[in-house]
Amino acid sequence: MGLTSTTHGHVTVIRVDGQLTVGNRQELKATVQAGLDAGGRKFVIDCSSTGYIDSSGLGALVTIAKRVREADGQVRLCGLNEDLRSLFELTKLDTLFAIFPGAGEALEGY
Amino acid sequence: MISDPRELSFERVPGQPGAGAEAALVLRFPSTVGYADPAVDLIARECYPEGDPGRQALFRLRVALAEAVANAIQCGNGADPAKFVQVQVELFSDRIRLAVTDEGPGFDPTAVPDPRDPGLLESPCGRGLFIIRHLAEQVEFNEKGNTIWMTLPRW
Repeated sequence: MGLTSTTHGHVTVIRVDGQLTVGNRQELKATVQAGLDAGGRKFVIDCSSTGYIDSSGLGALVTIAKRVREADGQVRLCGLNEDLRSLFELTKLDTLFAIFPGAGEALEGY
Repeated sequence: MISDPRELSFERVPGQPGAGAEAALVLRFPSTVGYADPAVDLIARECYPEGDPGRQALFRLRVALAEAVANAIQCGNGADPAKFVQVQVELFSDRIRLAVTDEGPGFDPTAVPDPRDPGLLESPCGRGLFIIRHLAEQVEFNEKGNTIWMTLPRW
């Protein structure tokens, strides 16, 4: 997995390339935590280059969302392909996250 | 031994294909999370030597296997690198049968709660088996509960 973190105004966009699994979820958590520590409160996690996410990856996203919410911030997800979207719907996690088609839409009015 | 480009070593155990299976592969590796993704990559390549089967079949295989391997490493073997996870793969013309075994005491799969329950929705764990049951055509356990058998469509 590769993570690319960019800043768009006051929003941090983190792109997840490859997979988000038990093997690398800590890296994503650490990246978001670094953003929080630096004062960032709005995050977009861009999954448009993500092949698959396992339940550990889903769990990491849940933990991140909770942590950011507790810091009065927000997390938006974008770029989920049909398979990833079905995992979110299956586990009802689509009810916990604001999900947008692409990074452009996620950044709009954020 | 099969060497992974990331310098991990997988032990290939001799395995005979069962009735009707085209090929069989048995791999063993230590219970550290760093082995999970490379194991999935390696097995996915072995299942499709002729190339890409299409996004959906590959997604099902990768996610179901990643779940089972992660459970075996973390829950079964407690991420103890001295304990091994074994993955047995049988390839059929139309399906893939996978068995993932750990060295743990086993668990009762019927006692795992539904992760969609409102009280559990924000829990960071507990979704793996639920996802496997959704992705696989058939899921079985041995009596002890330390081996999961999953049958997935190959194409």
